[in-house]
This record gives sequence, C-alpha cells and structure tokens, in this order.
Amino acid sequence: MTVTLDILPVLPELFVALCGLILVLIGVFRSGDPTRPIATLSIMTMVTAMLLVWALGPDRQTGFGGLFVADRFAAFAKQLILLGSILSTALAIPFLEREKTTRFEYPVLVLFATLGMMVMVSANDFMSLYMGLELSSLPLYVLAAFHRDSPRAAEAGVKYFVLGALASGLLLYGISLLYGFSGTTSFLGLARSFEDLSGPPAVGIVVGLVFVVAGLAFKVSAAPFHMWTPDVYEGAPTPVTAFFSVAPKIAALCLLTRVMVEPFAAMTDQWRQVVVALAVISMLVGAFAALTQSNIKRLMAYSSIGHAGYILVGLAAGSVLGVQAILIYLTIYLFMNIAVFAVILSMRRMGRHVEGIADLAGLSKTNPAMAFVMAVLMFSMAGIPPLAGFWGKFYVFMAAIEAGLYPLAVVGLVTSVVAAYYYLRIVKVMYFDEPVESFDHPIGSAPVVAMSVGTMVVLGFTFLPAPLVTGAKAAAAALFPTG
Amino acid sequence: MTDWPLLTLTTFLPLLGALFILTIRGETEVVARNARNVALLTALATFVVSLFILGRFDAASPDFQLKETAAWFPGTTIAYSLGIDGVSLWFVLLSTFLTPLCILSTYRAVHERVKEYMVCFLVLETMMVGMFCALDLVLFYLFFEGVLIPMFIIIGVWGGQRRVYAAFKFFLYTLLGSVLMLVAMLVMYFEAQTTDIPSLMAHSFPIEMQKWLWMAFFASFAVKVPMWPVHTWLPDAHVEAPTAGSVILAGVLLKMGAYGFLRFSLPMLPDASVFFTPLIQVLSVVAVIYTSLVALVQEDIKKLIAYSSVAHMGYVTLGLFAMTPQGVEGALIQMLSHGVVAAALFLGVGVIYDRLHTREIARFGGLATRMPLYAAFFMLFTLASIGLPGTSGFVGEFLVLIGVFQVDRLVAVLTATGVILGAAYMLYLYRRVFFGRLVHEDLKMLPDLSAREILVFLPLAVLVIWMGVHPATFLDPMHASVAKLIDNFELAKAAQAGLAAATR
Repeated sequence: MTVTLDILPVLPELFVALCGLILVLIGVFRSGDPTRPIATLSIMTMVTAMLLVWALGPDRQTGFGGLFVADRFAAFAKQLILLGSILSTALAIPFLEREKTTRFEYPVLVLFATLGMMVMVSANDFMSLYMGLELSSLPLYVLAAFHRDSPRAAEAGVKYFVLGALASGLLLYGISLLYGFSGTTSFLGLARSFEDLSGPPAVGIVVGLVFVVAGLAFKVSAAPFHMWTPDVYEGAPTPVTAFFSVAPKIAALCLLTRVMVEPFAAMTDQWRQVVVALAVISMLVGAFAALTQSNIKRLMAYSSIGHAGYILVGLAAGSVLGVQAILIYLTIYLFMNIAVFAVILSMRRMGRHVEGIADLAGLSKTNPAMAFVMAVLMFSMAGIPPLAGFWGKFYVFMAAIEAGLYPLAVVGLVTSVVAAYYYLRIVKVMYFDEPVESFDHPIGSAPVVAMSVGTMVVLGFTFLPAPLVTGAKAAAAALFPTG
Repeated sequence: MTDWPLLTLTTFLPLLGALFILTIRGETEVVARNARNVALLTALATFVVSLFILGRFDAASPDFQLKETAAWFPGTTIAYSLGIDGVSLWFVLLSTFLTPLCILSTYRAVHERVKEYMVCFLVLETMMVGMFCALDLVLFYLFFEGVLIPMFIIIGVWGGQRRVYAAFKFFLYTLLGSVLMLVAMLVMYFEAQTTDIPSLMAHSFPIEMQKWLWMAFFASFAVKVPMWPVHTWLPDAHVEAPTAGSVILAGVLLKMGAYGFLRFSLPMLPDASVFFTPLIQVLSVVAVIYTSLVALVQEDIKKLIAYSSVAHMGYVTLGLFAMTPQGVEGALIQMLSHGVVAAALFLGVGVIYDRLHTREIARFGGLATRMPLYAAFFMLFTLASIGLPGTSGFVGEFLVLIGVFQVDRLVAVLTATGVILGAAYMLYLYRRVFFGRLVHEDLKMLPDLSAREILVFLPLAVLVIWMGVHPATFLDPMHASVAKLIDNFELAKAAQAGLAAATR
C-alpha cells in the first residue's frame, strides 16, 4: 500500500498555521506596540485563507489518510468562520486601543482559534475532530480572560475553562464508547458499520452518541448545557464576546451537523429525540430567561442560546433542507450579530464603555442612524419579515414541517413571540423613551463598516436571496451521499 | 403604459419615496417641510398609478389579472407573484386612497420627528398594497407581518399616554396569531407542493387536515379582524395611536383579517369553513351586540368608534361565511364602507383633538354652533356609520342581512338588533358632542375647519355618498370574482357531501 501525503486539501489550514507562527515571532521581536500591524497581517492571512478555500474547488477531497475532508459543506462553513473572525478582529483593535488593553497576542489567539475551527468543520474522524476542538478552545479560554486586570474577565475565563474541560471530557468519553463498540473512529467507518445494522443499535453506541451530543452541546451553548454562556458573555471583554457569539458558534454547529448527519445518518431516529429536546429547552431558555436582563451582553447571551435552539430545529429535521436551513440561518446570524456587537462596542459615554440596556434610551434622538441600524437588527433577530432574520427561521421551520415535526415547529414559533418581546424592548428603549446623554462621537470606521454591511445584508436579503440559498443548498447536499 | 408592471409600481413607489425622505438632511424645520411634501407627493403619485390599475381591470373576468411573476427563492416554489381580482382591486385602491389623506391630515398634528413619521407611513403603504396584491403564500405572509413594524413604531413614538403598552399589545397579539398561520402555510406547501395562491385554491386538502389548518388561519385572522373575544388590543391601539395611525388601522389593517378569510379559509379550506361556520356566527353575533353595548358606555370618543369598528366587522364575518352572493358582496362593500367611514370618523376626532388635546366626550357639547361645517361633515359620517339609506353603510349592512337571512333567520334577526344599537350609540355620541349648550369656556374660541381639513374630508364625503347612491360602480367588478368563489365553494361542498354519502 502506497501512502501518499495528500496535503492539498489542508492547504488553507497549513497556510493559517504558518502565518500564525510567523506573526508570533514578529510580535515578540518587534519593538513598540505591534498590535495594529499584526492585526492587519492576521486579517490579510484570513482573507488569503478565504481565497484558498475558494480556490480548492467544490469537489470532495480527503487528506491525512481520510482524517480530514474538504467538501462544499466545509468550504461554506470555513468562509463563514473566517468572515466572522475577520470582522471581529477588525472591530476589536480600535476598541482595545481605546481601553488601553492592546496586546499583540490578541489577533494571534484569534487566528489560532480560527485555525482550530477550520479543522473542526473539516474533521472526518473523531481524532481530528477532537484536535480541532481543543485547538480552538484553548485560545478561546485565554481570550475570555484577556482583560487580565478585571476580576470579571478572569472569572469568565476560569468558568469557561472549567466547563469547557468538562465538556471535552464528556465528548472524549462518548468517543471512547463509540470506538469500543464499533471499532473505528472514522466517520466513514462508523457510517458503514451502521449500514447493515438490523434491529436497534448497541446500547453502548447510543450512550456514546448521547455523550458526544452533550459535549458538543456545551460548545454550541445549547440549553441545558448553556450555564457558562451568560457569565462568559458578560464577563469577557466586549470584542471577545462579539467573536464568541459568531465564529466558535458557527464552527461548533457545523461540526455537530456533520457528526449527526454523516456517521450517524442511519441512527437519525435515535439522535433526533436528543436534538429535539435540546432545541426545545434552548428556545425556551433563550426566550424566557432573557426577559428580565438589563445588561445587553447578557441579553445577547440568552439571545444566542435561543438562536442555537432554532438552528437545532433545522438539525432535528436531518434532511438536506434542514442542513441548508442551518447554513442560511448561520450566515444571516453572523451578519446580524456582528452588526449588533458593532453597535454595542460603540456604546461609550465619557470615554467609558457602557453595557446597560437603559443606556440606549432615546438613541433615536441622539444618534438616529445607529438607532435605525439597531432597530432593524432587533426586528430581524425577532424574525419579523421582510428582514433577513425571518428567512432563517422560515427555513428551519420549513425543514421541521417537512420532517413532520409539527409540535416542535409550533413550540419554536410560539417561543419566538416571547423572544420578540425583549427585542422589541430594545426598540422601545431607543425610540419611545426620553434620551439620556448621547454616546461619544465619532465611533470610528470599523464599527460603521460592520453596521452598514450587517444592515445591508439584513435589509437586502429579501430582495436577492438566490445566491445564499443556492450556495447553502449545494453545501448541504455535500453531506448526503446520494444527493 | 400598457405593459408597465403596474402592481409592482404601486407597491414599491411608496418605498422609494421613503428612501428618498431618508436622504433629506438639514435643519429640523426644513427637513420636516420637505419630508411632508415628498410624502404627500409620493402618496398622490401612488394613488394616480393605482387608478391605472382600475382602468386596465377587466370586470368581466373572474381570474387574477395584471399578473407579474419573477423567480425568488430557488429550490422552492416560492415566487414573487402579484395579481388582483375583483376582491383585492378595491382594497388596493382603498389603501392608496387613504394614505395621502392621512399624510395631509398630519400636517399640523405631528411636529416631532416628522421625517421618521412619513417614512413609517410610506413603508406601511408598501406593505398594505403588497399584501392585497400578493399571489404567493409566503409573499403574502411577508407583507401581512411586515405591517407590524411601521405600525409598532407609529403607535409607540407618536401615540398617547399608554402608547408603550398599546404598541406591545398590538404587536405581540398579532404576532402570536400569525406564527400559527405560518405553520399552517408550511404544512399546505408540503401537502400541495406549491405556494401559488390560485393553485392552492384549486387543490383539495383532506378534511381532517383542513380543520387544523383552518384553526391556525383563524388564530391569525380573528385577531386581525378583530373578532370577539380577541378584540381587546383594538381599543387600546386605537386610543393610543395618533390620528393617522388610527385611520390606517381602522381603514385598512382591520380589513386584512377579513381579506384573509376570503382569500384563504373559504376557498382553500371550504369543508372546514362549513364545519366552523356556527363558531363564526356565534362570535360575530356576540361581537355585534356586545361591543355595541360596550360602545354605548364609552367616555372616550376614539374608544367608542373603536368598539363600533368591532361591531361593524362582525357584519363582515357574518356576510363572508353566509357564502351567498349577497352576503359576500355585502361584506366586501361593508369593509370598503367601514374603511372610508371609520377613517373619516377618526379624522374627525383628530380635528378636535388637535385643537383641545382631549377626546373625552364630557369635555365637549354644543360644538354645532361654533363649528357648523365640521358638525355637518361629522353628521354625514355618523349617519353612514349607522347605515342610513343613501350612504355607503346602508348598502353593506343591507346586503349582509339579506345574505345571512337566506342561511339562518335567527342570526339575521339578532344581527339586525345591532343596527338599532349602532344608531343608539352613534346618535348619543353626536348629541353629547355637537348639541346642547356650549358650557365649556375653551370651546367658544374654536375655529371651524381649515381649508386643508376640508380638503381631507371632502373626498371621503363624496365617496360615502357615491357608494350609497350608486353602489354598482363598486359592485360590478366584484361580481365575476365572487361568483367564481361561491361556485367553487359549492362544488367542494357537494363533493364532500358526495364523499360522505359514498362512505356511509
């Protein structure tokens, strides 16, 4: 047997890894504060990586002896992850400079976390899955505590680390059970071993599967494994929260999707119950727990739990349409969330960052453009047509109905009405309440760009949905062997 | 302009105007003036364009006309598809007719954030017109729900004391109903494999499924109509909304629910509609009698008219579910009439509210001596609301009663008592506001209608009398569409009866 070192599919990842190492060296040996040039270089690295991913083409290729796979689904997910990382790095640097907490490690850590996420979505084996997951998690733990003089950030970092380690443990335990009962860790091998399965699968497989789902549910912050989310979102520096809310979330959800749909396609009935339960609890927690929040970052944490729930509805469908819905939802979610965090990062008064929802009072008078952007985003998050957020929900519920999951769809839509209340509350505070002092001007170019891009996507998607819808469909079909 | 996409133009012209207004910069006063003028011009242009629709409409054809279709969501049947028939034609015109009047009426009433106000109204107009033109399930839902955003802002920003409560109640009530409808729409899509409304009308759904679908649609439309007992958001929303908001709310938004029944429930789910007709009848009769009694004891003029709206919409649902030509056409005329009359009454309340900033009935009295012109206009609209022969209200109520009488006499008799109660509360209101002695000092200085206000009322008055004296203008384009609707309904009913007989 000849072993070929097929590294071509891994080219984007290798490039990012190499650039990351070079950036560390530049950071160490350069005098002065190298944060800004390193951030710029890191953004350029990620832009190049996006091009490389695109250049690899749509065909399915495997690397490292089948441990790694590059297909349309992975490419789609990687573009989203890279976009999220690029935008959040661009948003972070001016903020960190104003807070005087710049360190060159910040963009490098983001870069390495991104690398881990790229590996995650390309994993074709539980070994590479775990490696990617840890490669992304370790920088994230550091990032959560990046503002090291702040006790809250330190607490957030420790909390995230302890719970994250627990989740990794659960995941590993599940993987070991799966390996023990099936004799393989390869996704392909697992899928094959279930193909000629007559009767119910072994108990060990089911238990292992549940552990794997639970471990990954931590990473996607699906309830009831969401406990860390509000604390970490609130405690971590705001640019880190912005990053957390998009890239790692997208990576973990895409990973979960691949794990459920590829190796366990034959066991859809088994994992569907678990995913439905996660989705329902997440949607309920996301809707009800957010009602009383007064800190906007905490609110966004619960909002992201709710969104994870809606995305899991798409996964529960377990069909091409369901995966397509997940990708559409994630894309729209990425743009909405980055723009919302661009607004939150611009909430500065007297040179200090403020995070209260009440601080937004009367924004429509003091800064009409920002209030308009935020209102559009909030209506979109609530899923009110004709804004893009509606289509994300529309597609996941369409997939659920197609799969015959009527009660799930009804529960999901009713919780979306509850969730609409707290999104509307922000609109109310901005538009109906009397203004407090205005925010500091100017807000800088990066947030303005992020806000404009996000708002354009949210407003424009309805008029031009075809590119995203067809792209997501092609990517989703890559996970299903027969098409 | 024979092959212009007239419906798209009518739908999106207001949106273009709104985008243009957003670009206006400068001093507050200048911006306000320009925003008002641009909004008025846009709305008038839209109305003119919509008149071309009327010109090109072929009244003899029962089919959807002026169709426009474009691909929208690949991989699904969801398409951008517009078209109108004899039913939706008049609602499009009603929307484009009322919007310029609303904008004109706010020239004095709104001083703060005029630019945003005008943007909201134009966006609202786009949503309303689009909803009545939509021939695709999802497109319909898009516009149906999209209305909530501008309306929420209008009530919440420019409303009265309890505006926040009213805005939230309006939004969440309607949203809750609508999401259930969304589930039903998705189920229909997978059952029929299409989202095209004409094709869905031709598809026959299994009877058990029909019942579930019907209830989901009912949840949405009953809130929008609104039917008793889910009408409670309406008085709150009306009282708190600014005048023009109330006008659009009563004039057009209330018609969306009844339009939904006519477009979805009756033609697509005929068997379930037959099954649930008693429910509709009971709720409608309760609405007619109960809300009329409630209207009698109101202290706030707007609230009184809001309750009268619920009662009037009770006739509409009764007429629709009678499913006789007179009943359906009567319901349609009643909707149009109510759209004009309720709009006029709310504008009338706006006139004195702008002058005195109160709507409490007890604060008025004897206005007829100070404001004779205003009193005359208000009298006309009061009588139209009561349904006096020669006004638009009479035609609608009379046709509905004929239609209902053929189906169920008891219901017709009970409904007719609503007409008497309607006369009671409206005339009682009129007596308290306009007649009697002028006791309140501040009323003695009130000026009568200004030229601008006359300009607002005159078209409404002309329309009220036109519809009352020569309703054929409005009924003729409806006949073909309504006849087709009823034929199909009867066919489906007969098929179901045949099926039931065969399986027995």
